Amino acid sequence: MFETFRTILKRDLTLAMRRRTDLMTTLFFFVIVVSLFPLGIGPEMNTLRLIAPGVVWVAALLASMLALERLFAADHADGTLEQMLLTPQPLALLVFAKIFAHWLVSGVPLVLMAPLLGLQYDLSSEGLQVLLISLLLGTPTLSLIGAIGAALTLGLRGGGVLVSLLVLPLTIPVLIFGAGSVEATVSGLGGDGHLYMLGALLVMSLVLAPVASAAALRISNE
Amino acid sequence: MLEVCDLECIRGDRRLFHGLAFSIGEGELLHLHGHNGSGKTTLLRTLCGLILPSGGEVRWNGEDIRGLREEYAGQLTYIGHKRAIKDDLNGVENLRVACTLDGVETTDEQLWNALDRLGLRGFEDLPTKVLSQGQKRRVGLARLLLNRAQLWVLDEPFNALDKAAVGLLQGVIREHVAKGGMVILTTHQEVSLTQGEVRNLQLGVGEKGHV
Repeated sequence: MFETFRTILKRDLTLAMRRRTDLMTTLFFFVIVVSLFPLGIGPEMNTLRLIAPGVVWVAALLASMLALERLFAADHADGTLEQMLLTPQPLALLVFAKIFAHWLVSGVPLVLMAPLLGLQYDLSSEGLQVLLISLLLGTPTLSLIGAIGAALTLGLRGGGVLVSLLVLPLTIPVLIFGAGSVEATVSGLGGDGHLYMLGALLVMSLVLAPVASAAALRISNE
Repeated sequence: MLEVCDLECIRGDRRLFHGLAFSIGEGELLHLHGHNGSGKTTLLRTLCGLILPSGGEVRWNGEDIRGLREEYAGQLTYIGHKRAIKDDLNGVENLRVACTLDGVETTDEQLWNALDRLGLRGFEDLPTKVLSQGQKRRVGLARLLLNRAQLWVLDEPFNALDKAAVGLLQGVIREHVAKGGMVILTTHQEVSLTQGEVRNLQLGVGEKGHV
């Protein structure tokens, strides 16, 4: 069973490495959106510090929505997804491997880039640290929740917009606690509580999302 | 043994077939006939469990396949219209992934041999996007040489293949049937499949299927 997980993970990572432009679009989108705000608002440090957590988190959220479309679409188009439905392996495990690979190539770059972008907003080193941790806990949750939406809208016309409409409301808690943790840290309240909540959301979606996505895939492949 | 009882399938508003019943046992080959749009692919996908039938059931060794799921999937190999290979991976990588998903452990040598037997010598480590249609098809079919599934469901397996490859694939199918496997396939080409009896099922004649 672990062998199957490894194979799918390796396959998806290999594919991603051979199509690097796809990875770059998500990352560049994130970088550009976050960088546009200081340009538009002006160099008022107090304002920038205030909006930093929200801007970075909303940008990360939108970037991960942008990447979602690619999660199952290619496999659906070339028929490999159909084959995954017909294997003796548990489908939820295969789906989990796919989501994990997807997060590694679309989520992790955002997490690593965020502290650098946070500097533009004059965030304290403590704030940057919490930003990194909150994204590290939050982005996998976004990928997991998003996978359900991506699976449901598979093969529909205009699925990309629909997926955002379906998934964005579900990600609001992640956004609130993610941005909240940085805010609380910067204001001196301490963001531990928020981070624990993010952790709890991650654990919950780890358990539920692969199973729900697998069920959604069976439905949309009919 | 695969049994189909009183199967009915509706796609959109159209009833493709109803009251369909047949069974297929070890060492038997079922050749599915029917004009375009008569529901051949739908029937094959229903047999695999990809589509839920509107009525009736498909049984594997007496049990409904809906209850068996992964257990049934382990006995089944489906080759559909879509090639199910990744353009950015090479032949060996594609085959390795397919075999692992099938639950078959393979060595590199077996993978290379399988591709070699399908006439892909020298193309094994090229990304499949540079291969021709027929060669891509062959990469997809190489799975058949390595898996241990008892039931093969093949939807137009001879498409895009040249004469030599058609002959080869017929040989592979014959071998499988001779070993006690079951094959259900559709094709519009004239092919000689087994020395033994080939059962034919005609879809789309007066709505009802007959064996």
